[in-house]
Amino acid sequence: MKYGVNDHGYYGDFGGAYIPEMLYPNVEELRQQYLTIINDEGFKAEFNDLLKNYVGRPSPLYHAKRYSEKYGANIFFKREDLNHTGSHKINNAIGQILLAKRLGKKRIIAETGAGQHGVATATVCALMGIECVVYMGEIDMARQAPNVSRMKMLGATVRPASSGSKTLKDATNEALRDWIANPVDTHYIIGSVVGPYPYPDMVARFQSIISEETKKQLVEHTGKELPEYVLACVGGGSNAMGMFYHFLDDEQVKLVAIEAAGKGVDSGHSAATTFLGHEGVLHGSRTILMQTPDGQVVEPYSISAGLDYPGIGPQHAHLYKINRAQYVSVTDDEAMQAGLLCSQMEGIIPAIESSHALAQLEKMKFKSSDNVVICLSGRGDKDLDTFIKYFNY
Amino acid sequence: MNRLNQLFASKKDNLLSIYYTAGYPALNTTVAIAEALEKAGADFLEIGFPYSDPVADGPTIQHSSEQALINGMTLNQLFEELTELRKRVTIPILLMGYFNPIVQYGIERFCKKAGELGVDGVIVPDLPMYEYEELYSSYFIDNNLSNIFLVTPQTSPERIRKIDELSNSFIYLLSSSSITGGSLQLTANIEDYYKRIKGMELKNPAIIGFGISDNATFTKACQYANGAIVGSKFVKLLSEEGYMEKIPGFIKSIKQ
Repeated sequence: MKYGVNDHGYYGDFGGAYIPEMLYPNVEELRQQYLTIINDEGFKAEFNDLLKNYVGRPSPLYHAKRYSEKYGANIFFKREDLNHTGSHKINNAIGQILLAKRLGKKRIIAETGAGQHGVATATVCALMGIECVVYMGEIDMARQAPNVSRMKMLGATVRPASSGSKTLKDATNEALRDWIANPVDTHYIIGSVVGPYPYPDMVARFQSIISEETKKQLVEHTGKELPEYVLACVGGGSNAMGMFYHFLDDEQVKLVAIEAAGKGVDSGHSAATTFLGHEGVLHGSRTILMQTPDGQVVEPYSISAGLDYPGIGPQHAHLYKINRAQYVSVTDDEAMQAGLLCSQMEGIIPAIESSHALAQLEKMKFKSSDNVVICLSGRGDKDLDTFIKYFNY
Repeated sequence: MNRLNQLFASKKDNLLSIYYTAGYPALNTTVAIAEALEKAGADFLEIGFPYSDPVADGPTIQHSSEQALINGMTLNQLFEELTELRKRVTIPILLMGYFNPIVQYGIERFCKKAGELGVDGVIVPDLPMYEYEELYSSYFIDNNLSNIFLVTPQTSPERIRKIDELSNSFIYLLSSSSITGGSLQLTANIEDYYKRIKGMELKNPAIIGFGISDNATFTKACQYANGAIVGSKFVKLLSEEGYMEKIPGFIKSIKQ
C-alpha cells in the first residue's frame, strides 16, 4: 500500500516506536508476530466468525434518503453504531484479544476516555475469560459513570488515573506504567491508531473491515465501489482510519477527517489537533500533537469525550502532511445540532463523536450525482445526558 | 574523554549517582543542589528536566515534575540556571528527560547547548536505539555528550551487545522492569540477571538504578555493578523543610 507503514514503523515522517527500554520486549514481540498471526487462516476464520455472529457484521450501509434530499447528494451512513457494544471499537478489541490469546497472554489492560473502548475490551475479555484491567481518568469516570458500571458488570476492574489532568492521556500513561511493571504475561489493547509501532498499523488493519464492507455495499447501492467523498470524525483516529483504509489508494476518492474544534479552534478549549498541534512525540509515536512551545502536552477540550485527545495517529499525521486527506474541524455547537438533526430526520441518535462528521455536511457543496459515505462510528445512548443538558429537554 | 570517562577510569566501584528534578522544589536551585551533592560526596549527578507525561516514572518523580512545571521550569530556564554550572561543580553531570521537549527545543540545538554548558551525558528513556543511531548520534558525539541506554532483565543478550557497542561511558541497568520509585528486591532471578550481565564482560561500566534507596540496597547493587543511582528517595528529601542542610547526612547514610 502506497500510504502504508514502512519496515521501521514510519508513515513518512511519522510513527516509529518511541518507548522506554522497559517496553521494548513487549512491543518487539508484537512487531515480530502480529502480521504472521493476523494473516493466519485460523485467526482470520475466528476473527470473521466473531465479527459476524457476535458483533453483528456486516454493519449496514444505509442510504439516508431525507439527508440525501437535504444535502443534494446520495448520503450513506456506515452503521458502526449498530455493532455490539455500540461502536466501531469492538472490531479492534476482538482482533486484539484473539492476538493476545495466541501470544499466550493471561491478562489484558486498556485505557479508555469516554468508556467505549473500555466497554469493548471488558466485553471481549468476558467472552474469552481473561482478566481485564481498564485505566480511566478520574474526571472521565465521573463524566461517564454508566460506562464504568458497564465495565464492572462485565467483570473488569476499573482503575482511576489520578495523575496529571486525570483524563484519557493520563489513563494511557497509567496503562503504559502497568505494562512496564508486567512485561511478560500482559497484553495492552490500545483503542486507537496511536501508540508505538506496530499498534497504529495493527489497529488500522482490524478497523479496515469498515471500508472493506463499504466498497462491496456501495456496488449494491450504486453499481460502483468508489464514492466521491468519505467522511469520518477523528480523535486518535481509529474509525476514520478504518473508513479510509481501502480507499487510500483510490486517489479520486476525497477523504475528509473531522476534528473536534470544541468551543472554537482559537478559543483555548479545542481538540483540533492538526490546527493547533506541532510535530513531536506522544505515547510512543512521532506525530502531530497539541503542546506548549516547551514540548509539554496540552490538555484538549471537546464536548465529546471520544475526540478529547491531544494527538492523532501517525498515519493521520502523514495523510494530513501530504494532503491525501483533508482535515477540518467542527465545534461543539455544530456537532450537537447535527446530532439533533440526525435524530429527527433519520430516526438515529448518533454518538456526539459521529455527530461531528455529520455536521461537516453543512459546510460542503455536492453535485447531485455525488455519493458520500459518512462513518456513523457509534450510537448516542451514552451521550443522552449530554444531549439532554445541552438542549434542555 | 568527558568527565564521565575520566571518573570511570579513576574509580571502578561504589560510585554513587543522585537524580533530582530541576525546578523542584523551586526554580534557581539546580546548581546549588548540585554543589551541595558534590561536597557531600556524590560521584556524578542526573538532573531531570520535567515532562507532562512521564510514563517511566512513579508517583514521587511524577509529582516533582508536575510541581517543577507549575514553578515554570522549561529547557530554556534550565539552561539559564546551568550557566554557572562549571564555575561551581566539577563532577560529571547528565541531563535526563523525555524526548518531546528536546524535539521542540531542537535536537541539534539541545546537544550543542548542553555541551557548551559542560554537561557530559544525556539519558532519554524514550529515544529508541534505531532513531538514535540512524538520525541523531552525530549531534551527541560532536558535542562530547554520552548517550546512556537502559537495560532491563528482559533485554536480550544480542541487544545488550548492541547497546554496549553504541555506549561510550556507562550502561544503566534497571533493577527490574518497573517505573521509578519501587524497592529493590533481590530475588534469585534478579541476582542471575546481574551475574549474567557481569559475565558478559561488557566494555562499558554498569550502574544500577530504580529501587536504590538506602545503604543496604546501594551496597547490594555495588556487588554486581560499578555503582548505583538514587532518585525518588532523594526527590522526597527535597520536599522537606531545610533540605539543603540535610544533603550531607543523606549521602552519608547511603555510602556510610
